[in-house]
Amino acid sequence: MMPIDLAAIASPETPAVDPAPALAIDGVTHAFGARKALDDVSLTVPRGSFTALLGPNGAGKTTLFSLVTRLYDNRSGSIRVLGHDVRREPAAALSRLGVVFQARTLDLDLTVMQNLVYHATLHGIGFRRARARALEVLESVGLADRAKDKVRQLSGGQMRRVEIARALMHGPELLLLDEPTVGLDIGSRAALLAEVRRLIAREGIGVLWATHIIEEIEASDRIVVLHKGRIQAQGSLPDVLAAGHAADISAAFLALTGAAEASGPRGEEG
Amino acid sequence: MNMTPSPSPSAAGAAASPARHPARLPLSGYVVCMAGICWREALRFMGQRGRFLSALVRPLVWLFIFAAGFRSVLGVSIIPPYETYILYEVYVAPGLVAMIQLFNGLQSSLSMVYDREVGAMRILLVSPYPRWYLLLSKLVAGICVSLLQVYAFLAIAWFWEVEAPPIGYLTVLPALLLSGLMLGAMGLLMSSLFRQLENFASVMNFVIFPMFFTSSALYPLWKVQESSLPLYYICLLNPFTYAVELIRFALYGQFDPFSAMVVAGCAVAFLCAAIVAYDPSAGLMGRRGGPEAVK
Repeated sequence: MMPIDLAAIASPETPAVDPAPALAIDGVTHAFGARKALDDVSLTVPRGSFTALLGPNGAGKTTLFSLVTRLYDNRSGSIRVLGHDVRREPAAALSRLGVVFQARTLDLDLTVMQNLVYHATLHGIGFRRARARALEVLESVGLADRAKDKVRQLSGGQMRRVEIARALMHGPELLLLDEPTVGLDIGSRAALLAEVRRLIAREGIGVLWATHIIEEIEASDRIVVLHKGRIQAQGSLPDVLAAGHAADISAAFLALTGAAEASGPRGEEG
Repeated sequence: MNMTPSPSPSAAGAAASPARHPARLPLSGYVVCMAGICWREALRFMGQRGRFLSALVRPLVWLFIFAAGFRSVLGVSIIPPYETYILYEVYVAPGLVAMIQLFNGLQSSLSMVYDREVGAMRILLVSPYPRWYLLLSKLVAGICVSLLQVYAFLAIAWFWEVEAPPIGYLTVLPALLLSGLMLGAMGLLMSSLFRQLENFASVMNFVIFPMFFTSSALYPLWKVQESSLPLYYICLLNPFTYAVELIRFALYGQFDPFSAMVVAGCAVAFLCAAIVAYDPSAGLMGRRGGPEAVK
């Protein structure tokens, strides 16, 4: 791959003195009827960081993603993507945001290339440029040779990589991934993680990676522990260990979320 | 529009750093966005030959069998826009055109319910373009597909002696766009109200058939009035009646202003309601828990 132009990454229209984090969520509460899915949630994803959003099933991770992507409206608090409030400047926020949803969202009967080009047009990138860009991002996830294949012919791990490639089509500065490794075998899971970590190193984007699988976390990651809609702990690994009065992350996670949920079956978050 | 462009070396270089998020969305991007949505709809449509075939066979069955059988039973007197006595097939053709659009409008919304279940709707809605524009683009894409079907039907009907004046095939186009917009917007509104496909199957029964039968598609309204006054009033309240009449007049090179106003008014009303229903701050999605709460 070509070396990355660091000046371009620092977002030309935001001056260097404005270090707006990739994602800043402040005091967000969201309720479905009487049930509070999120309760006064505040968290930040710094630029160029891998932030793991750790929580058992039903912790509110998907709701949080729906709010950041404007599927739902946040009625309290603020959500800012690279300093742009999603309510007041939705276009500016959404154009800087790449998302990999938990559910598969590719058109199975279209080719990989068609899926990527379609996504690019949704961001106003013309067909010709989209095609060239698609080859690049496919190259970066190691699937350049599959561009003309129907998505249906790919394996689960490959589909995820295509979804990541798609999320990168418009050059986002914040990448959200909602339990991207659900349903993947251990090998594909490790490959996917390595791929995303390489992206952070290469492109300097901020990543929010939602998961309930502790093994996906590395010592250098930022960690946010979400449980029953509340932030239980947030910070570097030592911070979270201190909050959980534990010696390792598994013990901390259990202490912060309660053993019952953490050891429950791995399924899709509801 | 170049649908399958091949990458050129210069384009590859330029795309290495896609324009880093200008402060405002450029106007050209709006065009690209709508073109992309129509392109995807066309690709999906071409991938489903069965859909095209059944969309064509349905009105043809009505035309070849139903209309032929009723030709002698139902005498149609001279009513505008017709200037002579006409065969029943000729009378029923505009209604069948509207039926194609009705099915298509609801089928597009069916595909939106499906899109929502598989998550493709979420990909559409994370586009930075305004949501009303995305929904409108989706509608336009659906109308384009319905136009293909309508003209294929009219071409076959021509050989079945349903011959409109040649200019009619041109003047019917704006009428088709307007009625397609109304029926598509109606489908869009429904897709926001129904959460799962199971519900939608019954919508087909409870919406399509009643709308079709209580309209002027199969019989002129004066005939309905003769047999049942309440039914006549129901037909008058049915917006589908006006879509049929708008198409009928336009196919004979005439303009029916009242029908046009009703159809345009309904189109705007349905579209606004659909946009409100899909709007995150005002809409039903967030309040109810949205698509993934369905699981």
